[in-house]
Amino acid sequence: MTKKKIQTVLKHVVCVFLSLLVIVPFYMVLINSFKSKSEAARMSLALPTEWYFNNYLEVIDKGNLIQGFTNSLIYALVSTGLGVVLCAMAAFVLCRKRTKLNVFIYYFVLCGLFFPVNYVTLVRVLSSFHLNDTRVGIITVFTSAMIPFCVFTIRNFVTSVPVELDEAAVIDGAGPISLFFKIIMPLLKPTMVTCFILQFMGVWSDFLTPLYLSSKSKLFPMTMAVYQFFGKNKSYWNYIFADIVLTCIPVVIVYMIGQKYIIGGMTSGAVKE
Amino acid sequence: MNKKKIYPQWFLIAPLALYIIFFLLPSFMGVGYSFTDWNSRSVLKGTHFVGLQNYIEIFTSEKNYLDGIGHTLMFTIVSNIVKIIPALMIAIILQEGLRGQGFYRTVMYLPSILPFVIIGLIFKSILNYNNGLLNMIFEMLHMDFLKQKWLSDLNVVWKSIIGVDAWRGIGYVMTIFLAGLNTIPKSYYEAAQIDGANFWQRLRYVTLPMLTGSIMINLVFGITYGLKVFDIVYVLTNGGPGHATEVMTTYAFQLYSKGQYGMSTALNSILLLITAVVGVFIVRTLGKQEVQQ
Repeated sequence: MTKKKIQTVLKHVVCVFLSLLVIVPFYMVLINSFKSKSEAARMSLALPTEWYFNNYLEVIDKGNLIQGFTNSLIYALVSTGLGVVLCAMAAFVLCRKRTKLNVFIYYFVLCGLFFPVNYVTLVRVLSSFHLNDTRVGIITVFTSAMIPFCVFTIRNFVTSVPVELDEAAVIDGAGPISLFFKIIMPLLKPTMVTCFILQFMGVWSDFLTPLYLSSKSKLFPMTMAVYQFFGKNKSYWNYIFADIVLTCIPVVIVYMIGQKYIIGGMTSGAVKE
Repeated sequence: MNKKKIYPQWFLIAPLALYIIFFLLPSFMGVGYSFTDWNSRSVLKGTHFVGLQNYIEIFTSEKNYLDGIGHTLMFTIVSNIVKIIPALMIAIILQEGLRGQGFYRTVMYLPSILPFVIIGLIFKSILNYNNGLLNMIFEMLHMDFLKQKWLSDLNVVWKSIIGVDAWRGIGYVMTIFLAGLNTIPKSYYEAAQIDGANFWQRLRYVTLPMLTGSIMINLVFGITYGLKVFDIVYVLTNGGPGHATEVMTTYAFQLYSKGQYGMSTALNSILLLITAVVGVFIVRTLGKQEVQQ
């Protein structure tokens, strides 16, 4: 019995240590975001001698954060919403109508899980559609890039929706569109929410795509705005930390709301067997 | 029933078109352009076929592109080992009904939802030589010999990058393992215990074989991530000091910013080839396993 107790205590010690390893950096960022410039430069864990709440207002103004926030939100919401619905439609047909062609298309799309995007030629493709350096272009690229993952995850889930439902709905006179949107999509909600949350956070965090595709700062999402701000104000750690906090808040909120969907869904395809 | 009518093929058109035009087409065009001298002045002078010249340059020039390829492969292998083994251990610790495991799990997963840029910036400050948190802690503990120039010492810089990457990624890997562990029936462990199996034997003969699915998924995500790594390196060191931490994607971006588009696409095509080979290998192994089951 005592051996078991010692084990439990040891486990807690390990877990607390690991949790601290995660929490301390966040604490440092948060606490230093309220300090004066010279105090924040020392990056200590002590409480600020004087609280500078103004850092946040200042950084929102200087760091172009409202613009960045709006851009990030537009990119993430539109591209993810569009991507998830389109992929659900595709996954539904790919799963229910397994012709040779459709099986091929499924594996063809899965290749995208591995391949790297070639941004240099992508810029060229975009410009031939006159979409380079536009919000529509960036959104299109984000949507296209999430297709393999979403089709893969949603298709695995469609198998669990009984085919009899389709038949019943069709007998009741539903066409393919009302069948999908009224009957099937509500049942796919859990996996679609998972895809939405994961991809939303992915787009929000993405750095490489806007780095290649937006040359105007007007189009920068928050990640680029932060990085640019860091480049210009390397010694103002108080502002940089405030900027970091503001960029993190939206994803942390989405994470807290969608936590159960993330952990359940991330693994649904993988560990079902 | 008429399958054509209830499962219309046109549901596939939009996603397939987007995928082909904005994802695959650039990759294949890239392979084509990698045999040309396409650059920022091509608008005036035109683009010319140059055969294998770009590839020859990559494999022979003194600019260390080969090192970049080596670094990419090294990062892929090492970062996965550093993440997967500890993550498995933590998952096993957390799995057996430890009190507060929900809290631990939430905290440890947290880093993997944050943008790499943010994590890079945070660690740029923590790893700062003069007043970064890490060196400060070592000073406080009177262990000055552990102080390092984390991001500028050639012998340490890769360890720092891999460490930061593990800090971010372990929670994610762990979560996938936890989901896998939950599918193992308790009775297997009880039976093993009755047979007198110790912890290591249970790990070797019960846990690991039952976890193949989760291990595979972690490997697939980990390897594809490792080969394409960019953000963390770009923000932490930007390939420096010198070219010591340059990877394929940072080189490709550099060449792009310098206007050497042809070279950049050549480098990208090599990456494409590597991922394709690895991808085929992974899909084959996965396929074999399904047959066995």
